Amino acid sequence: MGIEQKLGNMGVVTARLEDLVNWSRTNAMWPMLFGLACCAIEMMSAQAANYDMSRFGMELMRPSPRQSDLMIVAGRVSRKMAPVVRRLYDQMPDPKWVIAMGDCASCGGVFNNYAIVQGVDEVVPVDVYVAGCPPRPEALIHGVVTLHEKVRREKMKDWA
Amino acid sequence: MAQIEEVTLDGMTHLVSDRALQGETMLLNMGPQHPSTHGVLRLLLELDGETVLNAIPDIGFLHTGIEKNMEAKTYQKAEVMTDRLDYMNTVGNNLAYCLAVEKLVGLDVPVRAQALRVILAELKRISSHMVWLGTSALDLAAMSNFMYCFRDREIILDILELVSGQRMMTTYIRPGGVWRDVPVEFEAAVRNFLKIITKRIDEYESLLTKNPLFIDRTVGIGVISAKDAVNWGLTGATLRGSGVNYDLRKFAPYSGYEQYDFDVPLRSEGDVQARYLVRIEEMRQSVRIVQQAMDKLPMGPVRSNNYKFVPPPRSMIATSMEALIHHFKLWTEGFNAPRGAIYTAVESPRGELGVFIESDGGPKPMRIHFRTPSFDNLQVLPVLAKGFLVADLVAIIGSVDIVLGDIDR
Amino acid sequence: MNETPSSTIEKLVNKFNGQTIEFAGETSVILPAEKIADAARMIHDELGFDLLSVMTAVDYFPEENPRFHLFYRFTAIANHQTLNVRVPVPAISPQVATIEGVYHNANWHEREIYDMFGITFAGHSDLRRILMPHDWEGHPLRKDYPLGYEEPQFSFNFDEIDVRKPYAKNRRGE
Repeated sequence: MGIEQKLGNMGVVTARLEDLVNWSRTNAMWPMLFGLACCAIEMMSAQAANYDMSRFGMELMRPSPRQSDLMIVAGRVSRKMAPVVRRLYDQMPDPKWVIAMGDCASCGGVFNNYAIVQGVDEVVPVDVYVAGCPPRPEALIHGVVTLHEKVRREKMKDWA
Repeated sequence: MAQIEEVTLDGMTHLVSDRALQGETMLLNMGPQHPSTHGVLRLLLELDGETVLNAIPDIGFLHTGIEKNMEAKTYQKAEVMTDRLDYMNTVGNNLAYCLAVEKLVGLDVPVRAQALRVILAELKRISSHMVWLGTSALDLAAMSNFMYCFRDREIILDILELVSGQRMMTTYIRPGGVWRDVPVEFEAAVRNFLKIITKRIDEYESLLTKNPLFIDRTVGIGVISAKDAVNWGLTGATLRGSGVNYDLRKFAPYSGYEQYDFDVPLRSEGDVQARYLVRIEEMRQSVRIVQQAMDKLPMGPVRSNNYKFVPPPRSMIATSMEALIHHFKLWTEGFNAPRGAIYTAVESPRGELGVFIESDGGPKPMRIHFRTPSFDNLQVLPVLAKGFLVADLVAIIGSVDIVLGDIDR
Repeated sequence: MNETPSSTIEKLVNKFNGQTIEFAGETSVILPAEKIADAARMIHDELGFDLLSVMTAVDYFPEENPRFHLFYRFTAIANHQTLNVRVPVPAISPQVATIEGVYHNANWHEREIYDMFGITFAGHSDLRRILMPHDWEGHPLRKDYPLGYEEPQFSFNFDEIDVRKPYAKNRRGE
C-alpha cells in the first residue's frame, strides 16, 4: 500500500530534486550534544523514553560538531562561553541549523545583567526559537517539527 | 564576540609541572563541550601517557551573576532566580532561600506547610539522585539505567506539575509557607509513587551493584580519607562515602525533620563505589521520610498569616481595607528586613547548601551569597584524580555529582 | 543553627582584641584583618572547628572605612558547634592574609572574592580570576559596578533598540 502504488509499470518515480534532498535532510538530522544548563535536562528528558525524539530522526546525539547537523543551544550562554559557541558553530559542516531552546537562549531570559549574552542570536544565526523556562519536552519537539517544515521549504542554492 | 582569545599557558605555568613545559608529558584540554563533564566544565589535564598527573578545573562558563541580579530585586521577586542555581534541586534551593528570609525577618511557618516542604524536598532529592545515577552510569556505558531513571523521574515531575504547574522550576515554597494547598489528587499520586519506587530502586541496583564490570571500574578509584575530605570542605554524599557523619538534616534540623525517623548512610572506603552505595541508600531513606510525612500530614493553613510579609488571600482584598494595603505594599515596595546578617544551611542532594543574606534595612537584599556544595566538591578533583587513568577520571567526576549551575552561580 | 559556646568567643576576643555583634540569636566575632591567619590556625587546632563552611565578602560602598567585611563561618562536626567571624577590610588596596594553609577549600573561595570584589590575599598560591574571563576588567560584585542590563524592547522602542543590537554574522561567517 502507499508508495508501491506510484510505481506504475516501469518502476520509476519522478520528483523534484529539492524535495528529495530536503526530505532526507529532515529525516535524519543529528543534534549536537550541547546542553548548557537547566534546559539540557529537559532536552535529555525529550531524548529519553517518555517523549522520544528518535521518532523524528534524532536518534543519536553527537558530541562532535563535525558529525552533527543541528545545534540545540539549551541553556544560558555566558560571556565566557560565547566564543566557544561560535567556534563550535563554525566547526559544523554545512548544512547546519540552530534551535535556540528556552528563554535564556532566545532573549536572555530572567537574567538581564553583565554576565549573560542577551539571546544567542548575538553569537550564531538562529532558525527556530522555542520559548519556555524550561520548555516542556513537547514544546521542544514542536520546535523541531517547525524546523523540519522550514527545511522542507528551503532552496538548494541556500547551501550551495 | 566572535573572536576567541588564544589562551596561552603563560598565566598557568605555576600549576603544571616542569615535565609538561619541557614536552615530556602532554597537556590536554577536556573542553567546555564534552559529553562526560556534566555541563560546561573545562579541565586542563596533564597526562603521562594515559595516567592523569594533574587535572586543573577551569570554571565560569555558566556564570550568571545571580547574586548581583538578586540585589536589584525585592525579596519576593528574587526567589524566582534561586530555582536556577542548582537546577536539579530546585525545590531545595527555594527551601534554603525561604528559610533564610524567614530567619532574617522572624516569620513563622505553619506545621502543614513544613510537612509539605519536607515531602517535596525529599521527592526532588530522589529525582536528583535518579538523574545522577542515569548520567553517571551513561558515562560508564550502562545505557539502560539512563532510560529507566528518566522514565521514573517523569512520575515525580508529574507530581510537581500537579502541585505547582511547572515541572522543574516550581517556586512553590515561598517565605511563610507554601504557595497554596495541594489538590486532592496529590495524596493518591504520592502513594502510588511510593508503592512502585522501592522495587524500581532494586531494579537499578540489580543492574549495577554486583556487576563485575562496574565493580572493576569503581572500587579503589578516587579515594579520599576522612580527614582530607573535611579539610577540603567536602559535604554531602561525597563526605559520607569517606565515613564522616555530617548531614544537615541531623546536625541542625529544619522544617520539622526531627520528627521523622531515618538513617544517614555511611561508608568508610572513600572510593567511587562507596559514594554510589551511599546515594542509593539515601534514595531509600528519602522514600521512608516521604512515607512518614504523608502518614503524619497535619491539617491546617499552608501559609503564615503575618500579612506584613505574606500576601493576604485574594478573596480578602475585596472586603478588607488592610488586606488591600498590605497587598499593595508587598507588590510595589516589598517588605523591609531588619539590619543584620544571617546564614542558614540545608542538605541538598550534593551537600551543604547555605544562604548568607545581609540586609541594610531596605526591601532588597544588600548582599546575598549562596554557599553551594558543588563549588567545594569540585575543588578536590586534582587530589582525587592523581595517578588514575583518563577513563577513571570520567567515573570520578560522575561520582562527585557536580552541577555547573551550582558552581558558577 | 547550633550554638557557639561562649568560651570560644571569649578566647578569641581576648587573644586577638576583637568585638562581638549579635543578631537573630547568633553571635559573630569581629577580628582585625592582620590577625586572621593566626586566628584561623587557633580555630582549627585548639578550638576544634574542622570545616570551613562558607567564606564571602560584603561591600558597604559608599562607606570608605571599612568598605568590605569578610565573613567566615566555621563548623565543628563532632561537637555540633558553629562560629561566625567577620573581618573589616579598608577600601584603599584591600589585602588580607590567606587561610589556605589551614583550610584547603579557602583556595577557590578566596579566588572568587578576588574576582568579584578585588580583595587580594597575601600568600595565596594561585590568585587569578575564577568566574569571569581572565582578561575581564573590573570587579562585578562591587556596588559601584553597574548591573549591565539591556533595555527591554517594547513595541514603541522596538526598532531603535533593534538597530543597536549586535546580531550574529550570517552563516558564511562574513
